[in-house]
Amino acid sequence: MSQQHDINALIEQMAAKLQHKLDIDEHTAMVGIHTGGVWIAEALHRRLGIQAPLGTLDISFYRDDFTRIGLNPQVKPSQLPFTLDDRHIILVDDVLHTGRTIRAAMNELFDYGRPASIVLATLVERSGRELPIEAGVVGLTMELGPGEHVKLCGPDPLTLEINTAS
Amino acid sequence: MKAGNLQIRPDGRLRHFLSTEGLTRELLTEILDSAESFAGVTEQSVKKVPLLRGKTIVNLFFEASTRTRTTFELAAKRLSADVLNINVNASATTKGETLLDTLRNLQAMHIDMFVVRHADSGTAHFIARHVQPHVSVINAGDGRHAHPTQAMLDMFTIRREKGADFGRLTVAIVGDMAHSRVARSQIHALNLLNTGDVRIVAPRTLIPAHVESLGVRVFHDLREGLRDADVVIMLRLQRERMLGALLPSEHEYYRLYGLTEEKLSIAKPDVTVMHPGPINRGVEMDSQVADGPQSVILQQVTYGIAVRMAVMSMAMQQNTTQEANAQT
Repeated sequence: MSQQHDINALIEQMAAKLQHKLDIDEHTAMVGIHTGGVWIAEALHRRLGIQAPLGTLDISFYRDDFTRIGLNPQVKPSQLPFTLDDRHIILVDDVLHTGRTIRAAMNELFDYGRPASIVLATLVERSGRELPIEAGVVGLTMELGPGEHVKLCGPDPLTLEINTAS
Repeated sequence: MKAGNLQIRPDGRLRHFLSTEGLTRELLTEILDSAESFAGVTEQSVKKVPLLRGKTIVNLFFEASTRTRTTFELAAKRLSADVLNINVNASATTKGETLLDTLRNLQAMHIDMFVVRHADSGTAHFIARHVQPHVSVINAGDGRHAHPTQAMLDMFTIRREKGADFGRLTVAIVGDMAHSRVARSQIHALNLLNTGDVRIVAPRTLIPAHVESLGVRVFHDLREGLRDADVVIMLRLQRERMLGALLPSEHEYYRLYGLTEEKLSIAKPDVTVMHPGPINRGVEMDSQVADGPQSVILQQVTYGIAVRMAVMSMAMQQNTTQEANAQT
């Protein structure tokens, strides 16, 4: 089942909320999580006019379920083209679900330095959290059961694919 | 020696890495793809990922090695594993302890992986047959039999230099085939990856009988063997393993089989020259070639870390057919 959401309008709202919530200046940097998070981050980065180049993370090497489900052989390199120390980081992902991806992403970020702060921005915040992690800025909130999935497809056009339990 | 079933888990994933023989093209490609991902990690300023945190890996070396042992150690450390280096010349086996007793004592310390090098062919297989179910074994060279991680880092180097289509490549392996575990592993890997033309070039005394059955073309003249080659892999003359009078002299060997710039000009203009190290300069190859623009000998060492990270992390995945759950 595919539901129609105007992703561009949601990104626009997220950008406005980030602008309202944060003082975006030369100490601000944005990091997108592969793959969907990078698509959202690219759009937000452009709209907010952040000076530092966009960073990207592939958290595959930091997952906590590696020994159970194995390694994806095609891990993209993480790129953080700025120093993290004392930066205010906007971490961007497509869907916040269990919180484990964000835990892994924060672990990876701290391997590169000590940011002054991290704010999480996600396009979709869905139910099912397993860790005490919350998004600072959200495009869309969804109540989904454990068997239900939401996935961002893209990059052009960006669409949300929602599979509800049958 | 058939190692197929021992190396592969029921779900098709890698359990031990003992030999390139008996593996599938899919598994070799997965190793190369994963190594490409890990190469990115080894080029970062923080060269470490937490994949094998809490795991203990033993480098069990019954034979001298610098490059292989240190790159295995670095690979394990960059995966955040704890590493023990056991140099068996200085250990209990000299007091009469058997290999199995050494193994059982180490297993009693809750080891997760053994990286084994031994002068006798088949040692890594023997250990793999006797370890506990959760323990993986990686062959870091056994006698004249196999050295699969070296072969895979060579495949990785070729893929980086020449692209993924091995079908259009001519690869010449030159030198001491009779004593070379590296060459045997390379030939199996090159054939699994469908390499167009695999040649071996060596004097008759340094080629094992029936070598053509491995799927190679045999040359005894270096110039003929090098003609239009895309890749030339030089093997080390293994003086320490030579028992009989197989060669008249090193000087004679160099004259006939030593790689010089002049002989290399017979190969393709963009030929890549490789060597597993350590080089005997002035025996297998001239220094001008070893240090020249076609040589990727030091890149091979660098890639060895990423390839060993790939093999170690693949072998440490638990045996499970559980569906990959999207983590969001």
